[in-house]
Amino acid sequence: MQKSWWKILSFILLIYTIVGGFLLEVPRLFILNETIRNLYFHVCMWFAMMILFIVSFVYSIKYLNATNYRYDVFAKNFAAVGTLFGVLGYATGALWANYTWVTDQGQSLAGILKEPKLIGAAIAILIYGAYFVLRGSFTDLDKRARVSAVYNIFAFAMLFPSIWIIPRMVGSLHPGAPGSESGNPALNFNDIDSRLRMVFYPAIIGWTLLGVWIATLKIRIELIRDKALLP
Amino acid sequence: MNTKLITKSAVRVLFAVMLLITGTVAFAQDKVEMADTMRSNGKIYVVVAVCLMILIGLFLYVMSVDRKVRKLEKEGRELRVEN
Repeated sequence: MQKSWWKILSFILLIYTIVGGFLLEVPRLFILNETIRNLYFHVCMWFAMMILFIVSFVYSIKYLNATNYRYDVFAKNFAAVGTLFGVLGYATGALWANYTWVTDQGQSLAGILKEPKLIGAAIAILIYGAYFVLRGSFTDLDKRARVSAVYNIFAFAMLFPSIWIIPRMVGSLHPGAPGSESGNPALNFNDIDSRLRMVFYPAIIGWTLLGVWIATLKIRIELIRDKALLP
Repeated sequence: MNTKLITKSAVRVLFAVMLLITGTVAFAQDKVEMADTMRSNGKIYVVVAVCLMILIGLFLYVMSVDRKVRKLEKEGRELRVEN
């Protein structure tokens, strides 16, 4: 194993996330009840996704700047792990919504999930899905790297309207909508107090580092496989 | 990998967390329902144990993959030197 302090840090922080996340005191909120603890898991998936996509975006720009095949491999694998975290975030969010958004007034989950925030997130993930379809459709490696780097920049740009801007403009049950009196689509700062922050911030770092670790493994495998192509 | 160091630091973290738990004053019962009974009869620790087991299993797996990749990288380097 390649020894790195951040791999150990990721492990320790995630152990703390689970132990502290389940056992420490949390604010008593109506409707949410104990599910506020999902903050340490569901919301962290999106934070990790965003950070991994930023890294992927930077490597795409670096590829266009230097035309180094290595950067293309980096960009692809960070985007892949980012998409995985996005899917996990979406799935956990749907489950959470099922128990907190569906009230006893005869709504169905399908009706509840037609939410601008959720549709935006789904579009963002699908755009990244198309990135991999695009990559797969090239036989010429240089062309694939160049076109997909440009597409990756577009996909990153599309994250902003779909998950950051539109959810702030239209009504939604998700925190961050105009009606919900909170400023951020990622979380409701009225609900986050110091007890939650104490686990939440380490949890973000822990999950992100785990994502980076998995991405670096994929990158290293691909670099071994494609050694003949590298200078 | 220095397993001693990891277990040592893990024990320290666990100890710190336990201190925090015992240190927090129980909030007065109000109207919001929480899993208080679950905590009082102690079974929440079973859930924590299960999740920790899964997490540790996942980490061991990722570590083993990492080790395999490392081995492949080393072999590649040796081949390159021979050529």
